Amino acid sequence: MATAAVSPIVPPVHAQWNLPRRGRAGILALILTETAFFSIFVAAYVFYIGKSLSPPYPRDVLSPPIVNTICLLSSSITIVLAVRALRAGHTRVFGLWWLVTFMLGLEFLAGTAAEWYGLIYHDHLTISTNLFGTTFYSLVGLHAMHVTIGLIMILVVMLLTAGGHLSRRYAEHTEMLSWYWHFVDAVWVVVFTTVYVIGR
Amino acid sequence: MEQEIALSAREQAELPLLGRLHEWVVTVDHKRLGLMYIGGGLLFFVVAGLQAVMMRLQLAVPDNHLVPPQVFNRFLTMHGTAMVFLVGMPILTGYFNYLVPLMVGARDLAFPRLNSFGFWLWFFGALLLYFSYIGGDGLYGAGSAPDVGWFAYAPLTERAFSRGNSTDYWILSIFLTSVGSTATAVNIITTAFCMRCRGMTLGKMPVVVWLAVVVAFMMLLALPPLSAAQVMLLLDRFAGAHFFDTQAGGSALLWQHFFWIFGHPEVYILVIPVFGFASEIIPVFSRKVIFGYQVMVAASIAIAFISMGVWAHHMFAVGMTPAGNAFFATSTMLVAVPTGIKIFNWIGTIWGGKIRLRVPMLFSLAFLFQFMIAGLTGIMLAVAPFDWQLTDTYFVVAHFHYVLIGAIVFMIFAASYYWFPKATGRMLNERLGQVHFWLFLIGFHLTFDPLHFAGIHGMPRRIYTYQPGRGLEGLNLIASIGAVIQALAVLVFVINVVYSLAWGEEAGPDPWDAWTLEWSTASPPPEYNFAVEPEVYSRRPLWDLKHPDDPDWLYE
Repeated sequence: MATAAVSPIVPPVHAQWNLPRRGRAGILALILTETAFFSIFVAAYVFYIGKSLSPPYPRDVLSPPIVNTICLLSSSITIVLAVRALRAGHTRVFGLWWLVTFMLGLEFLAGTAAEWYGLIYHDHLTISTNLFGTTFYSLVGLHAMHVTIGLIMILVVMLLTAGGHLSRRYAEHTEMLSWYWHFVDAVWVVVFTTVYVIGR
Repeated sequence: MEQEIALSAREQAELPLLGRLHEWVVTVDHKRLGLMYIGGGLLFFVVAGLQAVMMRLQLAVPDNHLVPPQVFNRFLTMHGTAMVFLVGMPILTGYFNYLVPLMVGARDLAFPRLNSFGFWLWFFGALLLYFSYIGGDGLYGAGSAPDVGWFAYAPLTERAFSRGNSTDYWILSIFLTSVGSTATAVNIITTAFCMRCRGMTLGKMPVVVWLAVVVAFMMLLALPPLSAAQVMLLLDRFAGAHFFDTQAGGSALLWQHFFWIFGHPEVYILVIPVFGFASEIIPVFSRKVIFGYQVMVAASIAIAFISMGVWAHHMFAVGMTPAGNAFFATSTMLVAVPTGIKIFNWIGTIWGGKIRLRVPMLFSLAFLFQFMIAGLTGIMLAVAPFDWQLTDTYFVVAHFHYVLIGAIVFMIFAASYYWFPKATGRMLNERLGQVHFWLFLIGFHLTFDPLHFAGIHGMPRRIYTYQPGRGLEGLNLIASIGAVIQALAVLVFVINVVYSLAWGEEAGPDPWDAWTLEWSTASPPPEYNFAVEPEVYSRRPLWDLKHPDDPDWLYE
C-alpha cells in the first residue's frame, strides 16, 4: 500500500442496491412457520391411522371430496388471473376473477360443512368418538379454519374493490394474499392425500 | 426537518407522567419495544428466581418443612416455564428488537405494528401464567398454579389427573407467548434480508444479526410443534379428544416427541443469541477482529440444523429401539463439532489481543469456561446407557443450569453492561459491576458444581425433600448457600441499574471504541436511529471511519 500514504483511500462506489421486498419475505416466513404447524397435525394423523379402538373407521364413512378439491385447486388459478389483471390495470377483470375465487372457496367450505353434517348426524362420528374422529376433525378443521381466514381477507379486498379503492398500486398486496391462498391449497393436497388416500 | 423532529422529541419529554406512559403503550418503535421486552423479562427473572431460592431453602437441610410438597411442585413448574418463556425468550428477542435495525443501519424493524402486536401478546400471555395463582382454582377448588412440570408430560395433564384450570393457564400462556415470539421472528428475518443499509451485503452483516436470523428461522420451525401440541392438549381437555388419552388408544409418548421437537431446538434458540453477544463483545474487548467470521456463521447454521434432529435424547429412558438410541446419541455428539469450532474461534480472537478486563469481558470469559463444561456434561448425557443411570437426577439439573445460567445468563449480563450505555446514555457502574460479577460467579459455582455430584449420588430431581444419611446433606447445603449468594448478586445488579440510570457516568455515542453501526448514532439513539442512512464498506464500518488510512475493506 505504498500509494495509500500519498493519496487518501477512496471507498468503492456501490453501483446499485436492490434488496427483496418486505412483503414477500414476511409472507414466506409466515408460510414456513405455518408449514411446521400443519406438519405436526399431519404427523399426529399418520401416527394414529388404524389405531382407533372403536368404529366408525375411515374406510366406512369417508369418501373423497372430489368436487371440493377441484373447486379449491382451481381457485388458485383464478386468483392468479385476478392478480395478473390488476397488474395490467384492468380493475373490472380483477374484480370478476376475485369474485370467482371467493365463490370457489365458499363452495369448498360449504362442501366441508355438508361432509361434517353427514359424519356427525348420520355416522355419529364426533371429535370425542375415537382417535379417527379426534385426528380427522382437528386436521381437516385446522385447514378449514385457514380457508375461512383466507376467505375473510379475500372478502375485505372484494369490498374495497366494490368501493372503488383498488388500483394497480395494490397489485403487490393482492399478490401476497394470493401466496397465502396458494399455501392453503397446497396444504389441502397434503391433507387430501393423508386423509382420503393413505388413511382410508 | 431535523429541527422539527428534535422539537417534537423535546415536547415529548415535557409530557406529564400519564402522557409519557401512554407513549410507551402505543409505541411501535423497535427500541422502546425492545426495552419493554428486556424490562418485562428481568421482572419475571426476579420473580422466578425467588421461587428457585425458595426451593433451594427447602432443600438446604433434609426433612425440611419450609415449603409444602404441593407448593414445591408449583414452584418448580412455574420456575421452569417462566425462565424459558417469560425470561429467556423475551430478553433475547428484546435485544434483537433493539439491536438488529441499529446494526443493519435501518430506521425500524420491517413491520413495526406487528412488533408491537407481538409484544403485547407476549405481555398478556406472561401475565396469564402468573394469574393462575389467583384464577387457577376454576370451579373445582383444585390447586392454584400449574404443577405438572415445565414439560408437562401426558397423561398427567389430562382432565382426569389435572383438575381445575391451572393447566389451562399454562397451555394458553405458552401458546400466546409463542405466537408473540413468532411475530418477532418474522420481523427479524424480513429486516435482515430486506432493510440492510447500502453496501451491507450478507457477508458484511455483524455476527449478532446473522445469529438473530438463524435463531429466527429456528423459532419459525420449532415453536409451531409446541403450539400444535398445546392445541391438541386443549382439545383433549375441553372437546373430549383423545390425542394423549391413553385409555382411548392415545399415546403419552407422542406428547414427549412433540414437546422435545420443540424443546431441544429451544435450548439453541436461547443459547445462539448469546453466541452472538460473545462474538460482538470478545473482539471489542480484545481489540481484534473476530477470528473466522465465515466459519463462525457456518458453525451456527450447522448447530441449528443438527439441533433439529436430536430431540429424543431427552427420552432415552422411555425405551426406544437400539437404532433410535444410536441415532439420537450420535446426532447429539455431532453438535459438539460446530460448538467446538466456535469455542476455538473465540479463543483465537482473544489470543494475542490487547485484552481490556471490563465487566462485559469478565462475564464473557466466565461464559467461555462454563459453556465448555456444560458442553462436556452434555456429551456425557448423550451416551445412552450413562443417561439411563442419570436421567431425572440432579446431574441433569446441574448440566442444563450450566447452559442456562453459566452460558446464557452470564452473557445476558455481559450484554447488559455492554449495551446499557447505548440504550440509556449512561454507563453502568464499574465497581458495582465487579462486585456483581464475582458474587454471581461464586454463587453459581457453589450452587451447581455440587449438584453434579448429588445427581451422581442418585438424588432425583423434582423432589421436595430427602432423608438424612445418604451423603446429600453437605452438597445440598452448599448449593443453597450459593443460591442465596446469586440472589444477592442480582440485587447488586438491580441497585447498579437504578443507581446508574440516575447518577451514572455520561456514556457518549461510543464508550467502548466499538465497530458496529449502533455506536455511530447518539446514546440513546433518536427515534429515527440515523439522521442520514449509513453506507458501509466492510464488517467494521466504524473502524473504517476512525481509520480512513487503513480501512478494513482493503483486506476483506
